[in-house]
Amino acid sequence: MLTKRIIPCLDVKDGRTVKGVNFVSLRDAGDPVELAQRYAQEGADELVFLDISASEEKRKTLAKLVRDVAQAIDIPFTVGGGISSVADVGILLNNGADKVSINSAAVRRPKLIRELAQRFGTQSIVVAIDAKQLNNEWIVHLVGGEVPTERRLFEWAQEAVDNGAGELLFTSMNHDGTKQGFANNALKQLSELVSVPIIASGGAGEMTHFVDTFVEGNADAALAASVFHFKEIGIPELKTYLDQYQIPVR
Amino acid sequence: MNVVIIDYGAGNIQSIRFALARLGITATLSDDVAIIKNASHVIFPGVGEASSAMEKLRTTGLDKLLPTLTQPVLGICLGMQLMCNNTAEGKTKGLGIFDTDVVRFETKLNVPHMGWNTVSGKGILFQNIDQNSHFYLVHSFYAVPNENMVGACTYDVSFAAALAEDNFFGTQFHPEKSGAVGASLLQNFLAL
Repeated sequence: MLTKRIIPCLDVKDGRTVKGVNFVSLRDAGDPVELAQRYAQEGADELVFLDISASEEKRKTLAKLVRDVAQAIDIPFTVGGGISSVADVGILLNNGADKVSINSAAVRRPKLIRELAQRFGTQSIVVAIDAKQLNNEWIVHLVGGEVPTERRLFEWAQEAVDNGAGELLFTSMNHDGTKQGFANNALKQLSELVSVPIIASGGAGEMTHFVDTFVEGNADAALAASVFHFKEIGIPELKTYLDQYQIPVR
Repeated sequence: MNVVIIDYGAGNIQSIRFALARLGITATLSDDVAIIKNASHVIFPGVGEASSAMEKLRTTGLDKLLPTLTQPVLGICLGMQLMCNNTAEGKTKGLGIFDTDVVRFETKLNVPHMGWNTVSGKGILFQNIDQNSHFYLVHSFYAVPNENMVGACTYDVSFAAALAEDNFFGTQFHPEKSGAVGASLLQNFLAL
C-alpha cells in the first residue's frame, strides 16, 4: 500500500539550516547534510531543502549542497528557493536532486512549469504555493510570503497542474509557525480539485496534527521543520503514532 | 568488478552513482559499445520520457547492443520500461527483453504514483529482503504483470515492480533512493 510521507523541511541560508516563524526571525538549526543524514536514518520519507539565501554565490553554494546531500542520503529530496530557469533546474537535478520546487518564478511566468515538465518530466517538478486566507479567500503570496498577488489558491493550483506540475506543496501562511495544525479544509479542497499528490505544509505542532491532515485534509505527505529540528517530535515515534491510527506509513 | 552505468542523457544518473559509491563501487558512465560490452555489470537508468529516450538509444546503437548483453543488466524505472515490448508513452517500441507491455495508470488515484509502496518480491534480486518492504517509486506508466514478474506492487491495479529474464533484471522502483532495502537489492545485483 502506498504510504503517507513525512517530510522534514530544511530551510537553508548560505549553507546553514535556519527556520523562520511566520517567515520572519530566523534561527540557526544546524548543518544541512548532517541533519539530512539524521532524518534519513530516522525514517523520513523524503526531504525538502528551501534555499532562502540571496547572495550572488547562491547558485554555486546550492549546487554543492545538493551534491553533498545526494552523496550522503539514500532517500529522495527536493530543492527549492529562487529557481527561475531551465538551466537552474538542470544544474540541481544533475547534481543529484530528485525534484525541484518552484514558486515565484512559476507565478510570474506559468509557462516555465511546462518548459520544465517537458525537459525533465512532470515527476521532478513540484509547484510550491504560499497562500494566506483573507476575507474567506486564499490569496497566493510570493517572495517567501511577503508579496500578495492577484492569484487565488485554487485557480492557480489548477493552472499549475494543467501546465505539468507533478506535485503541489501548499503552505498556509495563516497556519505556518502557529503549531496549531495544518489548513485541512483548503487541503481537502485541493485534493478534490487536482489529481497530483499534495504536500501539506505549515502548522505542525503535535503528532495528532499529522493524523488530521492525512484524514481530514486528505494530504499525501506532510512537511514540517522546527518540530523536527528541535526534536519536539521524533520521526520514529510519529510513524508509530500514525500506524496506531491506521495511517499507512513506512 | 567493473560496473558501467549507461549514459544516454537520462536524468539523475548521479543518484545511482552515489548509491554505488556508498557500497564502495566506483562506476563508469558510458555510451560506448566496447566499454559496455566489457562491463561486469550494466545499469540502465532512466528518468524522462520514453520515445525521446529510445531515440537516443538508437542514435548510439545501444538499442541493438542491450538485448545481446550476457552479463547482469539492471534497468531502473524508465530503463526497465524500455526493456519491455511496447510502451504507451509516446507509442514507443521497446527493446523486447521482457515479454510485456507498458501502459498508463487509468485510476482515480493520483498520477504519478509517487512515494513508498510495498513490494512483494521473490528470487535472487530480493534475497534477504523482507516481504512487503517499502521501495520508492515515481511513475505514471507501469509494466503489465507477466511470467517475468519477480516483484509485485499494487496501486489500484497490480503491476510489475520488478522483472527478470535470464541475466536481465528491471525494477520500476528506485533502489538508489529506497534506503537500506534499496541498498540490499543493489548488493544482490552486484553479487551476481
